[in-house]
Amino acid sequence: MSGYVGDVVALARKDLLLELRARDTLPAMLLFVVSTLVVFHFALPQGAGDDAAYGLLWVALVFTALFGLARAWVPEREHAALDGLVLATGDRSAIWLAKTVAALAFLGAAEVVALPAFAVLFAPLDAAAVLGVVLASVGICVVGTLASAMAAAGRGREVILPLLVLPLSIPLVVGGVGASVSSEPRTYVAFLCLYDAVFAILSWASFEYVVTE
Amino acid sequence: MIRAEEVEKRYGQRRALRPVSFALDRGGFLVVTGANGAGKTTLLRLLAGLAAPTRGALAVDASRDRLGYLGHEALVYGELSAVENLELFGRLYRVPERRERIGMLLERLGLWEARRERVSAYSRGMRQRLALCRVLLHDPELLVLDEPFTALDEEGADRLDEELRRLVGASTVVLATHDQDRVAGLSTGHLALVAS
Amino acid sequence: MPARITLPTLSVISVALMAAAVTMIFFVAPEDADQGISQKIFYFHVPIALTAYVLFGLGAWKALRVLWTRGERYDLESYTAIHQGTIFGALTLITGAIWAKASWGVWWTWSSNQLVLFLVLFLFYCAYFMLRFSVEAGPRRERISAVYALFGVALIPVSFLAIRLASDFIHPTVFTREGPQMTGTMFGAFCVAWAAIVVLALVMYSVELAGKRTDAHLRELREALGR
Repeated sequence: MSGYVGDVVALARKDLLLELRARDTLPAMLLFVVSTLVVFHFALPQGAGDDAAYGLLWVALVFTALFGLARAWVPEREHAALDGLVLATGDRSAIWLAKTVAALAFLGAAEVVALPAFAVLFAPLDAAAVLGVVLASVGICVVGTLASAMAAAGRGREVILPLLVLPLSIPLVVGGVGASVSSEPRTYVAFLCLYDAVFAILSWASFEYVVTE
Repeated sequence: MIRAEEVEKRYGQRRALRPVSFALDRGGFLVVTGANGAGKTTLLRLLAGLAAPTRGALAVDASRDRLGYLGHEALVYGELSAVENLELFGRLYRVPERRERIGMLLERLGLWEARRERVSAYSRGMRQRLALCRVLLHDPELLVLDEPFTALDEEGADRLDEELRRLVGASTVVLATHDQDRVAGLSTGHLALVAS
Repeated sequence: MPARITLPTLSVISVALMAAAVTMIFFVAPEDADQGISQKIFYFHVPIALTAYVLFGLGAWKALRVLWTRGERYDLESYTAIHQGTIFGALTLITGAIWAKASWGVWWTWSSNQLVLFLVLFLFYCAYFMLRFSVEAGPRRERISAVYALFGVALIPVSFLAIRLASDFIHPTVFTREGPQMTGTMFGAFCVAWAAIVVLALVMYSVELAGKRTDAHLRELREALGR
């Protein structure tokens, strides 16, 4: 494997290796998403119905993603490794793409636990709902990785990141909830694809500007 | 190799580097001195392409993949080992015969024994030597070294000295230091920065 | 800014247009048959909302220039446009709330897509300022702000679409703003009001920009004299 794809693979593998060693993101995300679901059981009034539960699932997923994204660039902060990458990488968008892949892998792993847990504890999920979750996860990792890099450039990054990502994630929540509860999920799935495409292109093209002067 | 005309750097209202002009030929060895806050680090970051000048013209005739930059930080991952770090950067730089080159550099800079340990367990001096490996890895034609002797123990400093001697003539070097005597025999030029 | 028209002239034009707009709205345009006097706020609410879009768009356009030319100047212009856009966005929310109260008896309704969109945009652009002020002044801040501003113009249509889709499953539309067709004079009043608001926005933008530039010059001067 060579060239751009090789760079992306090498960088993403590095992130997975770091996580495997330090284990400071994924276990926290798993515990977080399950705890959130348990809290939601008590937050939902009796007889609130499945639709309300689907809504809460989306709140849980968005916050879990934020939880993971907040840590996305932490390994690069120590010893200013990001500068090293910026110097060494021909096309800097590879850094963004690799980080997005890694963030998606963590979020996906959390969802592998969260979705069955949700199905057992609250309400069943059909194929359209799962597809909605997958597409929305791509979307939130795409914008979240970039937003996290932006937030990391300033003071108070932990505070800023949710403020940046939450307004951007509203369309994803609309698409995801629509795919879970609507009888016509196709529209919502198409909308999620559109969102992913628009923001993936935008993030891919603009990442270089975020990490260079 | 480098031509700087009235290059100035500001961050908002704060001036990090007063206008400076100089030229450096291929194979030259420029020593940059100046008090703390005079802008040594700023100038070197400009040369490395990590920042852009606010005013003035700066032309560096070396593509980014032929440039080696040593900063205050090691620019490596703390939770990876020396070999893993160099493997990653070597692959990004597309270094041919990576494994052999990495082995040779680790040997030369005295890190061979510790090559599989995590960098977070390294002393500062060892980290600095690893940073030097990263800088030399892709055989750059322009080296930008910011205070390379700081944090190095006597052995490390000797090894760095050796490396610098190896580079003289073959590569172009810009080196910032407060200890000019260390590189007295090597330099072909001197640039003194004044604090703003 | 158009170089030929000076700021004082522009201000006079703005005041004149505003006076003309108020006259037309209250004395020329007929009162709405259903909503009565409260419908008059429509002549402010909609032009303000449209102007906010224009300002966000202007901010993004200047942001694009920042990324192209790395100009400090465009950064200031982009920031000022977004600042004014956020002010007009807040005004849209306020006038929208007043209108909702007058016509439906509630201060807020999630069934007005336009209003919900402005709430989302308002939150998004408030975060712009948080982000901007957390980063040290310099080219990095200029670039990050610019990228965020570009995300804003992508978010506007995407959110619009999302809110349209959401209204299908969250709340079937109960109220609509599609009142009777505007008569000729109503439409005339609307156009004059819109022109007045656009020129007002232009004046506010220019004043803020001039102030910010004077600030920067003053600081440079002070620094030069201090040496």
